[in-house]
Parts: sequence; structure tokens; C-alpha cells
Amino acid sequence: MSRPLIFTLRTLQVLAAGLALVALAACGERPPIVTKQLGYRGTGMEQNVNPRLEAVKLAANQAPATPDEASPDGPKASEVYQNVKVLGDLSVAQFSRHMAAITQWVSPQEGCNYCHNGENFADDSKYTKVVARRMIQMTQHINQDWQKHVAATGVTCYTCHRGNPVPQNVWYKPADRKYTENSVMGDLAGQNIGAKSVGLSSLPNDPFTPYLLGNQDIRVNGNEALRMTGAARNTHSTKQAEHTYGLMVHMSTALGANCTTCHNTRNWQEWTNAPPQRVTAWYGIRMARDLNNEYIVPLTDTFPANRKGPHGDVAKVYCATCHQGVQKPLYGAAMAKGFPELLTLAKPASALPAPLVDAMKTVMYFDIGSPLLQGPQAAGMAQVIATLQATPGAKVTISGYHSAAGALDQNQELAKQRAFAVRDALTTAGIAADRVVLEKPLSAEANLAGEDPAARRAEVTVTTAKPK
Amino acid sequence: MAQFQPLFSIENQNLLTAMQPIGPLHDGPALPRGDWRRSGKPFLFHLLGRIGNAQIGPLYLGGLGVASLVFGMLAFNIIGFNMLASVDWSPLQLVRQLFWLALEPPPPAYGLSIPPLAQGGWWLITGFLLTTSLILWWVRTYRRARQLGLGTHVAWAFAAAIWLYLVCGFFRPIMMGSWSEAVPFGIFPHLDWTAAISLRYGNLFYNPFHALSIVFLYGSVLLFAMHAGTIMAVSRFGGEREIEQILDRGTASERAALFWRWTMGFNATMESVHRWAWWFAVLCPLVGGLGILLTGTVVDNWYLWSMKHDVVPSYPQVYPISIDPALLGAKP
Repeated sequence: MSRPLIFTLRTLQVLAAGLALVALAACGERPPIVTKQLGYRGTGMEQNVNPRLEAVKLAANQAPATPDEASPDGPKASEVYQNVKVLGDLSVAQFSRHMAAITQWVSPQEGCNYCHNGENFADDSKYTKVVARRMIQMTQHINQDWQKHVAATGVTCYTCHRGNPVPQNVWYKPADRKYTENSVMGDLAGQNIGAKSVGLSSLPNDPFTPYLLGNQDIRVNGNEALRMTGAARNTHSTKQAEHTYGLMVHMSTALGANCTTCHNTRNWQEWTNAPPQRVTAWYGIRMARDLNNEYIVPLTDTFPANRKGPHGDVAKVYCATCHQGVQKPLYGAAMAKGFPELLTLAKPASALPAPLVDAMKTVMYFDIGSPLLQGPQAAGMAQVIATLQATPGAKVTISGYHSAAGALDQNQELAKQRAFAVRDALTTAGIAADRVVLEKPLSAEANLAGEDPAARRAEVTVTTAKPK
Repeated sequence: MAQFQPLFSIENQNLLTAMQPIGPLHDGPALPRGDWRRSGKPFLFHLLGRIGNAQIGPLYLGGLGVASLVFGMLAFNIIGFNMLASVDWSPLQLVRQLFWLALEPPPPAYGLSIPPLAQGGWWLITGFLLTTSLILWWVRTYRRARQLGLGTHVAWAFAAAIWLYLVCGFFRPIMMGSWSEAVPFGIFPHLDWTAAISLRYGNLFYNPFHALSIVFLYGSVLLFAMHAGTIMAVSRFGGEREIEQILDRGTASERAALFWRWTMGFNATMESVHRWAWWFAVLCPLVGGLGILLTGTVVDNWYLWSMKHDVVPSYPQVYPISIDPALLGAKP
């Protein structure tokens, strides 16, 4: 009796071992997996790393050597060549160095003629040249205005392109099913298909259109323990949470990072107990949205049809475009430093908006880095002074603001000086100092990134004392 | 007792049923008037006899069984054809992507209204059909138990599972005012829903009913292992004949009881251990359902609720404090 049973047991053991091997192989990631503790013990704040795969990634994400510096002497590129709309301030030597570098970064196989007409380099007839010019401006914009995301490391063309004319990691709006028209069955609801964009999960597979192009709420958690009523109620649905989840899975795979890189595992929404990387990521989402809307989508008509997606949209950026599986693209190599021409965007001088004069509020605007009320902005002051003189019981509250460009401590001082400038103008006009209140706003920084004339402002609110 | 026992012997591990008594096959007791006939002539199947009873059939299908199967098959087919349509009617893709595909409830915009077929209408119909099928099957388990003169414990245990199913797909969506809050029919998609509802409502692990449900789930597993292990261990003394042991405690029952008294000072009896197991199993979906029912309808964020009521400690600050950039007035 026991013999055939032993045989059965052995067979079962062999079978089980075989099945276990197959199951392990199907996981695709062979051990070892090293766990690094990132947070307080027992809270699951860990980063899982596979050193074997990490070594492969490290080798694949190396920055190319920076070419030797070129002499800044001699005539400018814009004086020697025709139709130079960007980088024209460089010397001819520096300009040539830059063009050679771009060729290596973007079209090493295709050469100069990928963008240029070989007969006439000034010719703009190839769409690639028009796009490349705009992309140079975009790179400058990122390095100048989005330091909250890219820090001083910055980016170059190579960060995304890596030797490919079209960066390998881009997104289009996904194709519809073949039989979507008049179909009463099989609605995918934008999800429920194994999609690479969301790490082969069945989550909504285009979380990019709503969040990296549009401005939908990514945040679905509320700040109240209980369900509230009326306007205080958190109306975000579980389905919205799935969309957010889709975006987060993309971020996680794009950065080769775990959820815990940015989030507190106990409470996803919490900032105070979350790793500081979350702030960098927050700006990253806004950066991708800004780049898509300001630089990429406006080029839609420039691109030929064969470069567009199934819905005729251009290839857009998301986290993977730069990161390519690594938390800091190219492992944080400060490539941009070798190309100072990519660090700042030559901006046309922007005119300030006219002062905003409202019944209760007056807003005056300032030049870049300036705490001086100048020119037409003084007209706004005249209005405030007139109101205060006409209404003896009225008081004013002044708040100064600054734009996001530049160092925060200097900017905060600047915002304060702007408020002081308004106060001084009032006291000079004979308004009693006790009628003027200076109020530091919750944040004096009034825009997300870079310069914005509307952010460089001082607000004056007139409050009339209630009759008793 | 002093007899030598080998350290490891297959015979006594009860991997498979070692003995198959063969006798005349029978239909069971006669059914009252009005009941259907049992279908199928009973026969013996040796291999099945190794893991259970070798006698197959007869089966009592009955009106309820037929109705339940009809409704269930309709639901199954609607789900299947929607999945097939979602991969452009490719049978190959249906197999390849089966675990990813789903029949999704309507988008939030439809609230509790009746959506078009293509946007959740099929989901609503399927929900109705599947629920009807489950409830018919429930009545069937109740009726079959009654006809045999049994208690209705199995039916009520099944009802606990139906409760959780209805909370997730019917009661809670109605209380939330939106069908979109319900669970999709699909393998991975319903798991994604589980993760998403936890993320949306502030981490379900801080829901005390969820915690209780896990206690009963793991408790059921523990009880199952303890009881099944005990009975198999005493089967060499006839312990698997539990009913006889309940009526007339023999050496198997005594040894089993002694084992646990020696191990942990207390033992369940041959009868009460099943009460333990039944309640643990039933309470698992019962309290779990309560937890889901309160999620979003009463509590919007379980983490904040838990912190408010000191359910969990706060941990020391280990990172430099980050401030939510959205609070800084940084408007795009």
C-alpha cells in the first residue's frame, strides 16, 4: 500500500518544484533584491534594489564626455551665419562646438543633414530644424525656470535623446479599439488592458492626458476624517483614484523607484512625514505639463504625419522621457554645466501689466528684481491715496510678492521691499502710518516657475472700519 | 503505546484516502412530493475516491438550481462577450489578456441613473443577473439542508459571503450615490479597485473593521490548520469518524484533547471546534462588509480617523519637513 503512495509523493514533489521554478521565472526578476531602510523602523519605508539589474542600468545611463571648451573670442555666430535665432550670442567657435555636440546627442547616424539643408544651412525648410530650435529654447527654459525640479544639474538634449532623433520614451494618446464606433459592447473605460504605460497593470493607461497635458486633480485624498457635506465634501471618486494610481505607477517605473521614494506608506497624502523627494516630484509633474503645453503641443503642425500618434497628436514628454528608469537621469551627471549656453533663456523684455484697480484691491507690478514703483504703476498708487484721503476711517493692508525665478531668500527680501515701497509712497503722501498694515502672505512666491510679470507684485487691500 | 513508530511514514500522513469501502450505491432518502427527481445514476470513480467520496451522483438540481444556473450563465456570458469585444473579438487576445480584461461599472457622471449599454449598462444588467443567481443558489442550499433535516449553517455562512458581495457592488454604491463606486467584473481590475478604494479613502489598513476581518481571516486559517491537523493526527485511532467520537469519546478524541491541553492548557471539544471555525469564517466577510459600508459613506479618510481616535501612534519625524507646494500659493 505504501509503495505506490511514496511514488505519488515523489512525483508530486518533483511537480511542485518544477511549478515553483516556472513561477519564479515568470516573475522576470531574479534575486538578489536588496532592501534599504529609508525611514523609521517598522514603517515599511524601504527601497528595493536589485544590484544585478542596477549594474546594467548604470552602464546604460552614462553621460558622454564633454568636448573641450571653445574660445569665446571672435565674431558672434549671429554676425557670421544667417538666420541664427537661438545661440546667436556664442562665438563662431562656441557655436560650432555646440552644433557638433547636438549632432552627437540627437542624430549621430544621420549627421548635420538630419536638420540642415546641406546646400544652405540657413534654410528652415526641414521641420527637424524648426523643432530643434524650439527644443533648444525648451532646454534653456527648463534649466532656468525649473530648478525646483532639475536643480543645478540641469538638462541637455542628451538627457532625453540619448543618440536618437526621437527620444525613445514619449507618449501619444492611445489608439482606440478597432470597433469603437457604434459599439455597444466591450467599453474599455480607458483601462483594463495590459499597458506598458502603467507598468503592465490594468489601471487607466492614459493618465497623461488628464494630468500632464490637462490640469485635472491628481490629489484624491481629503483632509477630513469624516465625510463632510456641501462644499467641504471630498467628491473625488474611486475611479479618479485609479487614474492617479496609473500616473504614480508610470512615475515609479520611469524612475525605477518605489512608492516609498516619495510617499509615507501609512498616509499617502501627508507631506510632513514624507521624504523630501516628493516636493521635487510635485514640480516635475508641473514641469512636464508646462513643457507639453508651451513647447511640444504648439509644434503639432510643424511635425509631419508620420511622427504623430494615432490621434494626430505629437510625441509628448512624461517622466520616463528624461529619467529612463533612473531616479536621477544619467545618475545625476551635471552635463549641462559644460554647456552654459543652455542654462539661460534669452527672454524678450516683457512689458508689465497695467496696475489693477478694484474697489477693494489695487495691484501694482514690478520689474524683474526691482522693488521700485515705476512709470504707469504709480497711477495705481494715486488711486489708493485718493481712496484713503476720501475715507478717513479706512485702513490698508499691503502684501508683497515675487516670482519663482532666482534664490528664495533674496526673493523674499525683494517681496518685503516691494511692500515697503508701497508703504513709503503712502506715508510720503501724508497717510498716517497707523492706517497702514504690512501683511506677510502665506507664500510670497506667486507663480510656479520662472519669471511671470503677474507674480512680481504688491497688493493693497482697503478695509473700511465698520460703523459702530 | 510503547510500540515503535517510524519517524516519518506516508501511511499516517493521510495525504490521500487510503481505504475505499465499496458497497451498494444509494440515492439517499426519498424526497417529498413536489420536489424534482434526482438526476443521474450514481457510480464509483476511484481517483476521486482518493481525495473524497468515490460515489458520484445523483445530483439534485431542482427548479432553484436550474434558475440559478440560467441567471449565472447569462451573467457569465455577458461578461465574457464584453471582454471579447474589448479586444476587438480576437479569441487569442481574450486568452492572452484574460486577467486584465473587465466589465467596468459606469463612469461617475451617471450617478445612480441607468447608463447606456456601452457605458456600464451591461455591468448593471450583469450585476442584477449574478445577484439573482447567487440568491437563488442560496435558497437552494437552505432548502436542501431542510429537506435532509439538517440545520441551515451552510446557508447562513454563504449568506455572509453574499453580504460582502452586495456591500461592495450594491449597498455602498447606492449610499454613495454612484454605481461607479462598485467593483468591476475582472481579475486584475477588481484587485486594482481594491487598491484604489484603499488609496482614495486614506488607507484601509486603518479601518478597524478591516483589521477585524483580517483577524477572522487569518484566524480561520489557523483554526483550520489546528483542527485538520488534529483529526488527521488521530485518524490512526479512528479520529476521522468525528460524529461517532462526539457521541462516544474514544481514544482518538481523548488523545486529541490531551494534545491541546498539554500544548496550551485548553482544548476545544470535538463539537465546539466546529463552532469556532464557523464563527471565524462567517465573521470575516460580515465585519469586512461593515468596514466597506462605512468607507466613504461615513468615514472619508481612515488614516485621519485613526489618528483622531488614537487608534495608532504617530511616528518620529525622520525626514526634513517638506511643505506641500500647493499650499505655498504657487499657482500655475
